[in-house]
Amino acid sequence: MSSNFDVIIIGGGLFGSFTGLFLARSGKRVALLERGLVGAQSSGANFGGLRLQGRSPEQYPLSLMAQGHWENFDGLIGEGCEYDRNGMVYFASSEASRDRLLKYASSSRACGLEIEIWEGDEVRRQLPWLTGSGLTASYSPRCAVANPRITTPAVVRAMTRAGGQLFEGTEVVGIDQGQTSFTVSTPNRPPMTAPVLVNAAGGWAGTICEQFGEPVPLFSAGPPQFVTEPMPYVLKPSVYAIEGDMIIRQTSRGNFIFAGYPRTLANDDGRHTFVPPQKTLNGMRAVGTHVPGFRNAEVIRVWSGVEGYLPDMLPAIGASQTTAGLYHAFGGSGGGFQIAPAVGECLALEICGKKAPVDLSPYSIGRFRSSVEASDKLMREFDPASSSR
Amino acid sequence: MNSALPPVIIGAGPAGLACAKALVEAGLRPIVFEETSRPGGQGTRRLSAAMSSEAIRFMGRRAAAATAAREADEDRVLAACDWRPGTLVWGIFGNHLEIVREGRHDSIPYNQLVIATGATDRIMALPGWTLPGVFSLGGAQVALKNHTSFIGKRIVMAGASPLLYLAAAQYVRMGARDITIVDTARPAGKRRAAFGMAMTSPKTLLEGLQLLLELRRHRIRRINGATLVRAVGAERVEALDIRHPDGTLETISCDALAFGYGLRPETQLAELAGADFRFDETLRNWFPLVDADGRAGPRLWLAGDSSLTGGRVAAAQSGRLAALSMIASQGSEVSDAAEVRSLRGSVARLRRFQAHMAGAFPWPHEAAGDLPADTIVCRCERVTAGEIRDAIRKVAGPAEVNRVKAITRCGMGRCQGRYCGQTLQELTAATCERPVADVGRLRAQAPVRPIPIAASDNDGHQP
Repeated sequence: MSSNFDVIIIGGGLFGSFTGLFLARSGKRVALLERGLVGAQSSGANFGGLRLQGRSPEQYPLSLMAQGHWENFDGLIGEGCEYDRNGMVYFASSEASRDRLLKYASSSRACGLEIEIWEGDEVRRQLPWLTGSGLTASYSPRCAVANPRITTPAVVRAMTRAGGQLFEGTEVVGIDQGQTSFTVSTPNRPPMTAPVLVNAAGGWAGTICEQFGEPVPLFSAGPPQFVTEPMPYVLKPSVYAIEGDMIIRQTSRGNFIFAGYPRTLANDDGRHTFVPPQKTLNGMRAVGTHVPGFRNAEVIRVWSGVEGYLPDMLPAIGASQTTAGLYHAFGGSGGGFQIAPAVGECLALEICGKKAPVDLSPYSIGRFRSSVEASDKLMREFDPASSSR
Repeated sequence: MNSALPPVIIGAGPAGLACAKALVEAGLRPIVFEETSRPGGQGTRRLSAAMSSEAIRFMGRRAAAATAAREADEDRVLAACDWRPGTLVWGIFGNHLEIVREGRHDSIPYNQLVIATGATDRIMALPGWTLPGVFSLGGAQVALKNHTSFIGKRIVMAGASPLLYLAAAQYVRMGARDITIVDTARPAGKRRAAFGMAMTSPKTLLEGLQLLLELRRHRIRRINGATLVRAVGAERVEALDIRHPDGTLETISCDALAFGYGLRPETQLAELAGADFRFDETLRNWFPLVDADGRAGPRLWLAGDSSLTGGRVAAAQSGRLAALSMIASQGSEVSDAAEVRSLRGSVARLRRFQAHMAGAFPWPHEAAGDLPADTIVCRCERVTAGEIRDAIRKVAGPAEVNRVKAITRCGMGRCQGRYCGQTLQELTAATCERPVADVGRLRAQAPVRPIPIAASDNDGHQP
């Protein structure tokens, strides 16, 4: 087995896997290195939302490009990911949150997304199980869901079919930068060499940035999620409280999946997101408040996965500003799953010296040379202890 | 660390109760959590009110008297404890237990914890095992002891387990007559194991042989060395198909089937409390790592069948050992070093007996490889053997049971893999032709049992 490659990708999450797929299909010799198993962290453990509503306006080009790939996932990958175009609803129960909802709706529309606004009786008719009065909701029919647990392995299989090589259980312990290439050492393989290195190490990407002199204020966290036992199928769209304290969807086999803020920091070993019982209970309480009909339902499983967050809640995608041949793709900040196909394709094009169809400059790692303004989304979605880190 | 906190015991079976007794004798007042409403555990589960008048018939005069005395003693011990029946411990985080009692959540700090959560039947999936009318052998006993009910009128008890004969004898004593025993263990294996069993605990072996004689007296049909092929039925189980050692097939008509293959430890809480695990080649399963006194960590002790299968007597002795070790770890003088030595020896001997017994009643691991594709392995999520094999063949890297779980949902349902996990391990190993020790074991996650959403209402914390 050759240890010389065209591109070495560090991190078998969805960013790294899609990048590897598109590079392998362009004929590049790709090595995808994963410390554990592919898709084990947030790429595999997220809510599965392919959400278009409520994204920041500069993210829409990437997000809409990605949605095209999700809509054609079977054709692109050669197998399914339980993609379901189920639509998505934001609801607001206060005047302040109604304003935010309408603002999201108008910026979504400006970017070409179809949005319906429901008020009063229409909300009641559509979501009769939701408690509260004076509710406003926005509905986006193009939003969808997929099963994250099966998605990354499927993309990686497609990559290996295209000639890319996967190395699981392979932790990077050192990167040496030569004149024209990087040499990556691992405890279990001969050193691997390539002129191009992609840092897709998710919650751990910061170490690599630091080594190459472009530190980023990355921290790792994971949203706690939980699932009920199966119940009769009644809820098609995913429903998000715009305040963020409850996100809910029902799988076609009947389980309800919940997620909610505040997000949870990763625990000390950094490899697992510890879901403190209080987070689970807070989430359960929010569900019981918004949907009293769930009070007697039982939660059967709770989980989370490590993902990287950046303070402006935008990922870092594109060429390094310090080191030729180094590229970054990390910091999904809770929205990485949906954009991953476009991240992979754009980065692969850039690595191949072609122009990406989407302008990646908003995602440049160079933005961290000056201090970046923390987004209000960050403030909302993390508890104070987390955001002070 | 707050040493003023009382010791906490999870599980009021023989191990937990013996541990509580030793702690009470030392002047402590342990908290005792029990998931069900009554003490006793599984093998020594207390009879329901309706059954208790039948105690002599159920277990014989001498055993009934001994049981009544033991239960009275247990009640005296529990009266001196902080006794909290009907409490689900659903998670352990740091030094707190997360519990639900009477529908409400609470968080209980601990300094010393004993987990004595026992064991349940070890199940290998069988075509048709999810039909109504199919029980585990332990489940058949619960039906009788707890609900004063047989599982059916024409019953087959099958598998390879000492519970096979005990459950059958209990049913016969209570008047069941139409029972067929299908023991899948080979007589040759039993003969080989008998010597080791006789050497380690002749008394336990003798009790087993007496059960066989009792069943023979009642002319209960017993088939040896057969293989279970499938449970058959349209709406519920109507028959069990078996293959005799000479290859002939037989359909045994029945309206209820109980089956199982020995015991599987309940280890989720031990794992959440930080225990490490080891693979036991003889029992072909994973067990928590403990020292001779059941200690598994600075604040953690494991007792009874949840740490290593040993049976009722070993469970009680290991519970007492754990208590003595806890007291010693707090700096108190150990009451009696000779007692500790004797208990350690006895527990080790009884657990060796169980290891020999595993030879007499072997776990049919090879059956997993032969499961038909449409057999349900995970009954909670309805995942079939065929779906699991497809997923294993498709995975990008080496097959590992937690990844197979992630892809197929096998083990993700309300039992959290407690009933399908053993089959999943063997099926994964057989499909990728690797040793079962190399394909991992399902990781435990809180909540270990389902928790109601409304339990979050009154937990004394603000969001």
